[in-house]
Formats: sequence, C-alpha cells, structure tokens
Amino acid sequence: MFKLEKKANIDKSSVFMVPLSAIGCSLIFVFILFILLGKNPTLALFIIFIEPLLSVFGISELIVKSTPLIIIALGLSFGFRAGVWNIGAEGQYTIGALSGGATILAFYPMSGLWLLPVAFLVAIISGALWGMIPGILKAKFNTNEILVSLMLTYVAILFLSAMVYGPLKDPDGFNFPESRLFHDSGILPIIFHGTRAHVGFLIAIFLVVMMHFLLTRHMVGFFIKVSGESPRALLFSGKSRNQIIYLSFIICGGLAGLAGVIEVSGPIGQLVPAIPVGYGFTAIIVAFLGRLNPVGIFLAGLLLALTYIGGEAAQIKLGLPNAITGVFQGVLLFFLLAADAYTKYKISLVNIRWKI
Amino acid sequence: MSKKYLGAFIVLLILGVGFYYQSQITTEDNNVKKIGFIYVGPVTDFGWTYEHDQGRKAVVNRFGENVETTYAESVSEGPDAERAITQMARDHDLIFTTSFGYMNPTSKVAKKFDKVKFEHATGYQRSDNVANYAARFYEGRHLIGLIAGGVTQTNKIGYIASFPIPEVIRGINAAYLAASSVNPTVEFKIIWVNTWFDPGKEADAAKALIDQGVDVIMQHTDSAAPMTIAQEEGVHAFGQASNMIQFGPDAQLTSIIDNWGPYYIDRVQKLIAGTWSSSDTWGGLDSGMVELADISDDVPQVIVNLVNSARDGIISGNLHPFTGPINKQDGSSWLSEGEVAQDGVLLGMDFYVEGVDGVIPN
Repeated sequence: MFKLEKKANIDKSSVFMVPLSAIGCSLIFVFILFILLGKNPTLALFIIFIEPLLSVFGISELIVKSTPLIIIALGLSFGFRAGVWNIGAEGQYTIGALSGGATILAFYPMSGLWLLPVAFLVAIISGALWGMIPGILKAKFNTNEILVSLMLTYVAILFLSAMVYGPLKDPDGFNFPESRLFHDSGILPIIFHGTRAHVGFLIAIFLVVMMHFLLTRHMVGFFIKVSGESPRALLFSGKSRNQIIYLSFIICGGLAGLAGVIEVSGPIGQLVPAIPVGYGFTAIIVAFLGRLNPVGIFLAGLLLALTYIGGEAAQIKLGLPNAITGVFQGVLLFFLLAADAYTKYKISLVNIRWKI
Repeated sequence: MSKKYLGAFIVLLILGVGFYYQSQITTEDNNVKKIGFIYVGPVTDFGWTYEHDQGRKAVVNRFGENVETTYAESVSEGPDAERAITQMARDHDLIFTTSFGYMNPTSKVAKKFDKVKFEHATGYQRSDNVANYAARFYEGRHLIGLIAGGVTQTNKIGYIASFPIPEVIRGINAAYLAASSVNPTVEFKIIWVNTWFDPGKEADAAKALIDQGVDVIMQHTDSAAPMTIAQEEGVHAFGQASNMIQFGPDAQLTSIIDNWGPYYIDRVQKLIAGTWSSSDTWGGLDSGMVELADISDDVPQVIVNLVNSARDGIISGNLHPFTGPINKQDGSSWLSEGEVAQDGVLLGMDFYVEGVDGVIPN
C-alpha cells in the first residue's frame, strides 16, 4: 500500500512549481481530449488560450470576466488562510448584487455621482451580514461553516428570484422577470471606449495591493496566518478564535458583495434572475491556484477567465462542446491538489502482508 | 542562452504560431453567409434547445454550401450572454438568440453592430436590425388540454411549470380552459420548479404530482425527465417542445412540437436575397411553427375527433382558444360572451382564469 509521510522541509520553489505543473498537466490532458474528439489540438489550444489575447475585444472581455473572480477569491483566500472554510461566496455575491441593484432602483429616477458609492456600501454591508450568518453559527454553536454557507447560497439565489419576479420587476416589462435597466449614473464608467471593460477592474487591482499589504505588513495578516497554522498559538496571542472567524466572514462576504454590485452595475446593468453564474465557486479554484497569495490570485483569475472566453470561442469556431471549459477547470483543480500532495508529503510503497 | 532570452524566445514562438493560425482562420469566402445561434441549454436537452438546433440543421440542409452555421450552447442569461453574442457579431451575418433572457444583451450588441442582423425569440424589443419571433404555443396547449380532460380518470391533471412569466401562465390558462370544457370537474395541480432545464427537479415534481393522485402530466420545462417518470409510474404525459415518444412509448399522449425550421429557412432565404427586414412574427398551428405529434391510441376516438376539429378551427381562424365568456380567477369578468382575447393582453398575461387553483408565485 501507499504511505504518506509529511515532509519536514517544503521546497521554496513549490510556490511556483505547483501551479505551473498543474497548468502544464491540464494542458496535456485537454490536448489528448481534443485528439479524441477529432479536433486539431494545437488549433483548439490556440483558440482557447492565445487568440483572445490578440484582440482588444478579447482583452476587454478578459477584464470583465476576471474582475468578480479576483475580488471574490481575495476574500476567500483570507478565510482559507485562517482555516475558515466559506464555500458560500456565491450567495454573498448574489446578496450584494441584489441589495446594490435594489438601492440603485430604489432611487430611480434620481441620479448623481453619490448613487454608485451608496449602492456599493449597501452591497458590501449586506454581503458581510449574509456572510456573518454562518460565522455566528460557527462561533456560537460550532456548526459546520462549509455546510451552512453552501446552503445559504441557495437561499440567496431563491431570494433574488423572488425579488425579481415580485417587487423589483420592471413596471413596463410585460410582467417578465427583469428589473428596469439602471440609468446612466447607476452604471460603472467604461475604461476603454467601445468595450465592456469597466472601472471594476481597477478596484480589483487596488484590492490586490491592499490585501497584499494587509497580509504581509499588518498584524491582522499575522493573526490570520497563526490561526490557520496553529490555532493553539493564537490563544496565547490574546486573540480569540471567534474574532478570527468573524473577521474572515466579514471580509469574504463584504468582498463577494462588492463583486456582486460591480457585476450588476457593470456588464449587466439591471437585475435578472441569472445573476449567479458560479463565480463564487470558480473563485475557490482561483484562490487555490493563486496559492492564496493576492498577486497569484490576480494571475489565476485572469487564467480562469481566459478559459471561459476561449472555451466559448472554441465552441463557436470549432464546434467543441461547451463542457470543455468546465472539464479544464475541474482537471486543473485535480492536478493542483495532486501536485500539492507531492510537495507536502513523501509517498512511499509499504509492503503488504497478505493474510492467508 | 540565458533564461531571460529563452523566455522571450518562447513568447515569440507562441505569437508566431498564433498569427499563423489567425491568418488561417480568417480566410473566408464572402459569399457564404454566416448564421449563428445562441442556445440557453445544451443541444442534447431533447426539448427547447434541441428543437432550435433542429431548425439550424434544416437551414444547413436547405442551403448547403451557401451558409455556414455556428452555435454556442448553455449560454447563461446573465453577463455572459452579451459577450457570446458580441463574439458572434464580429464575423456573422445573422444571429438567432433563442431565449427570453437574451433580449437586452441582443439589443445592446445590435446597436454596436448595425450591419449584422439579429433575431430574438420570445421577447418584445425590436429595432431596425433586431427582429422578434415566437410561437403561439397556447394553441397547442388548447389541443392537449382537450386530450387531458378526456383521458383523466382521477380528474386531476399535473402541470410542471418553469417560471411565472406570461408565456407559461398563458399555457396553463389555455390548457385548463380546454380541459374543463371537456370535463367540468377537472382540477389542475401546478408545481413551479423555477428552472427551464433540470432533469432532477423535474422528475421530483412529476413524482410529487403522481403522489397527489394525478394521472396526466403536462410540463412547461425542457427535459424529458417527467415523461420518463410517467412511463415508469404508468401514468400519461405530454411531451414538450419535441416528440418525446422514445422516453415514454406508453405514457406519451402526444407532444407539442416547436418546429422552427421553416421560419429559419425563410429568414435565411431573405438574408441571401437581400430582402431581410426587421419583423415581428408570432406563428401558430397555421404556419406550422406549432405542431402536434401523433396522438396515442389510449385517447378515445371522440376526443381525437374533437382535437382534429379544434385544430382545423384554429388554423382557419374560426376558433380562438381564449374566447369569452371567461372570468379571471377572482371572479371578475375578463372576456364577455364571444369576445376574443387581444394579442397584447395575452403577451403580458399575469393572472389565472377562473377555476385554476393556487396563486402565481411572486
């Protein structure tokens, strides 16, 4: 049988080698998959991973798609470092989108520069509050935060549906389940004219820098690290475990809520039932692929966004099935975890004594 | 060679291969019209998206080398829709966006690409390069309502509904009015599943309905799961969007079939001839956009005759499924004796007719 032994020293270079080798293995995997599907594999890989980078359209869409992934993953990484497993970012994202969007709609037809900041604040606070529910339950009753946060995602999605089918429905929309379109001061400014690339991406870059500072130069970052790596040591520092749990859920929920309002006031421009499209879950892959490091998350967010855009292009141009994107993302996480196991553990064969 | 140069070399190599491929892709024949389709589900759903894809294949069969068709499946109706449509608009001539949720994204993209033609299904926003099309499925619902009312033994008919939009509510009302005209004691049990395509949820809904004593199931969702359950449990059901006889050889009474092929062929023909213009089409049984599959032998002959004459009546315009007197659920009068519903009211229908139990979820 195999035996896993924890290595005493982990090679420093593994920070780069693990994600890079996982990406490499995934590429080889889909390469073989394309051959089996009877498509030209190099052309397919080119269309998915290179071609989107060769046009303004591709790059601007990359910016649009990666923005929510990066912002949510930054929040997730904070909790994951502390050993707090928030799987419900999708729900916190949905609540942020709903409350932020509802704020913009509530002030209709008033407009002004104050509108978006107010909506952003409401979204961040409501996302954080929604995130606090599993946090409080964990702190007070020691419930499993993975289950509670995941289940609350479905509650959030149904709540969004109820609102869009009910009070927030467009009064001139023939009873179809959509809100009215936000007016101009409820829409984020565009960075490049003629594209959808909006200032939300600049907010994401700012947050990457802030998070880097918080984790490396601030006491909070230190406590988070201690909490994740040695919960007992945390007690000696005077911080309670509960404080860390609350902080993780507030930051994660707040950032997910922010991502939500950026998405509705950016590319969508109204409230629709199909706002939750799985960013909260894909962001988990982004967080781990980025090694829970803000800069790594930024790069990983761009890569995952590329798989969506390239996968769609490959579908249209080569007739590849839509599932390719999901397969690539799943395989990527699989190889990532496998590579992690190889760097952290020594794997050896142990003799088996057969009982007769 | 130092590591720095090696890195630069690899990047140059990738870009070189890239531009080579790009030049390969973009050499196209300008006489070939490129037609794109955006689908909300997978092409293998055997329902809504499957039938649109059948329509795409009909276009390919009809025009062969003169057209090139592409599609993107399972495109979410959220932020991804606008990107997928833009992606196509960059090098296509005509794009069909086949779900209601694509309405605003289609309009946005159409403004940027004014040379490209768009056709949006089941919506209401039209412009110079955006046409609308939809089918009068309620005519089909009227026919299967007659069958359901005539076949049910328990007088309970189950209805698996997707979203409380006018299209779905109209279907429930049309089916109920027809069923109760044949069988005044009939009762509708409606379950809202809040999805167009989720075989698991649809199957659960079918089981729950059967547990409540339902012996005929109608659905306004896209998967064949309810038909499969009906077959297993020995009750009857109606196929939705496509002929689902393979999933319920004994269970299927008939199917409402969406036949988009003739419409798509007509529109592509106009595109090629240069006579395409934005239009609003609401086709029914008369144009063949709505069809009925073969009716099962389990349906009594007298009902089959009734269905055939109703179909003839609708096609000839002598019969309208919404003809007064009809009251709303709360008892207030909607249509007086002999009055026929206006299209505008039907398109925005947000109320049940008298006799349907339950409330429309809000």
